[in-house]
Amino acid sequence: MRTIISRQKIRSPFVAKVEELSGQNLLACYQCGKCSAGCPNVDQMDIPPNQIIRFAQLGMEEELKNSKSIWICASCMTCNVRCPKGINIAEVIESIRQIVLRKRNDHVEVKKLSDSEKQNVPPIALISCFRKFTS
Amino acid sequence: MKLSYFPGCTLKNQAKNFEDSALCSLKKLGVEVKEIDRWNCCGTVFSMTTDDLIHHLAPIRNLIRTKEQNSNKLMTLCAMCYNTIKRANERVKADQESLDIINDLMYREEIKYTGDVEVLHLLEILKNDITFENVKQKVVKPLKGLKIASYYGCYLVRPKEIGFDDLENPIVMDELVSALGGNPIDFPFKTECCGAYETVDRPDIIANRTYQILSSAKNYGADAVAVSCPLCFFNLDARQKETQKKFPEFKNIPILYFSQLMALALDCDEESMKFNLHYIDPKPLLKEKGLI
Repeated sequence: MRTIISRQKIRSPFVAKVEELSGQNLLACYQCGKCSAGCPNVDQMDIPPNQIIRFAQLGMEEELKNSKSIWICASCMTCNVRCPKGINIAEVIESIRQIVLRKRNDHVEVKKLSDSEKQNVPPIALISCFRKFTS
Repeated sequence: MKLSYFPGCTLKNQAKNFEDSALCSLKKLGVEVKEIDRWNCCGTVFSMTTDDLIHHLAPIRNLIRTKEQNSNKLMTLCAMCYNTIKRANERVKADQESLDIINDLMYREEIKYTGDVEVLHLLEILKNDITFENVKQKVVKPLKGLKIASYYGCYLVRPKEIGFDDLENPIVMDELVSALGGNPIDFPFKTECCGAYETVDRPDIIANRTYQILSSAKNYGADAVAVSCPLCFFNLDARQKETQKKFPEFKNIPILYFSQLMALALDCDEESMKFNLHYIDPKPLLKEKGLI
C-alpha cells in the first residue's frame, strides 16, 4: 500500500475536527502502544488504537473513515485509563465515528436487521447500538 | 433510610429478575425505595463528543425528576444507567456554560437543574451507607460453599471520575459476596469488556468475549458469575448459546445478578429472583448448595 503524507493532510480540517470533537491533543501521543496492548477487541481491528492516533495525527482521513476498527471499539475505556499521557483514545475513535455518522452514513440499518438479530435482545442493547451506530 | 430510584428500560422487562431481587433485598435491609415519577430513558451511553449537548438532556431530566421529589440522591441498579447519568451530571457540574444551554433547551421544565443531585449505584450505597457489616447481620441463609466470580465489566468502574472502586482491581462485589457468606473468586477477566451493544450486529465477537471471560472464571473455580449490568448479563448468559456453537468444548456456567445473591441470602421469595428469565438455569446449582 502506498501512503502519501503531506503538510496539507496534516493541517487538514479533518485533523482539527477530530481534535475538536474529542477534546484531545493528538500530538501528545508518543506511541507506547499501551492502548493496543490492553484493548480486548484489538484482534478484530484492522487499525489498532495506537495506529488510529498516528493516522489521525497525519490526517489520513479516508483510511480512518473506512476502517473496521471504529465499529469494533465499544468504548470500554480500558485504553483511556491506561494511557500514560492521559489521552482519551476512546473519544478520538468516537469523533471519527461521529464524522462518518453525521453524513448520514449509518453503520447499522434497523430495517435490515434480521429477526434472529433482534430476537430476545434487550432494549438496553438495541438503544445503545442505535445511539452508537446510527445518525 | 429513604432512596429515590431510577430503574431504566431493561429492568422493567428482560432484567425484571434484577429489579425485583434488589427491591426485595432493600426491603429486608429496612431501606425505603421510591421510584421517581415520569422517568425517561437515560440514553444508555454517555455522549462522548464535546459538542453533543442535546443527548445529555435525557439523563439530566431524570435528575430534575429527582429534585421534584425533594430528593438530592438518585440510586440506579443498572451499571449503564449509572454511568450515563453520573457522567452527564459530572459534565454539567464542571461546565456552567453547557449547563446553561441544557437548561435553556429544557425551558418548559419548572425546575432549573443546578448540578445538586448525587448519582449513586446500589453497590456504592451498600458499601458506604448500609455497610457490608449490617448486610452480614441480616443474612438468613449464608451462601455457604458457593464460589462466585464477580464480573465488573466497564461501566461500573470506568472512567476514573465515575468508579467508586479501584479501576483495575475492583472488589466491591467480592466484599458483598463475602458478607453474604459465599466464597469470592478473583479472576483476571473481571474488568474486560463483554462487547456490549455489538451483540446486536456482531454476536460472533460476543461469543469470543464470553468464551474468554467465562472460561477464565471457571478455571479459577467459580460455580457462577455475578454481574451488575443487564447488557453484561445478556452477553454472558444468553450468548452462551452462540459461544457453545463456536467453541464446542465450552461448558455452561450460570450468571446471577449480585442482587439475586443478596435476595437468596436475605431469604427473599423465589418469585423475586425470576430464574425463568435466565438462559442458563441457576436452579440446579442452587439446589445442590441447599439454597433453594
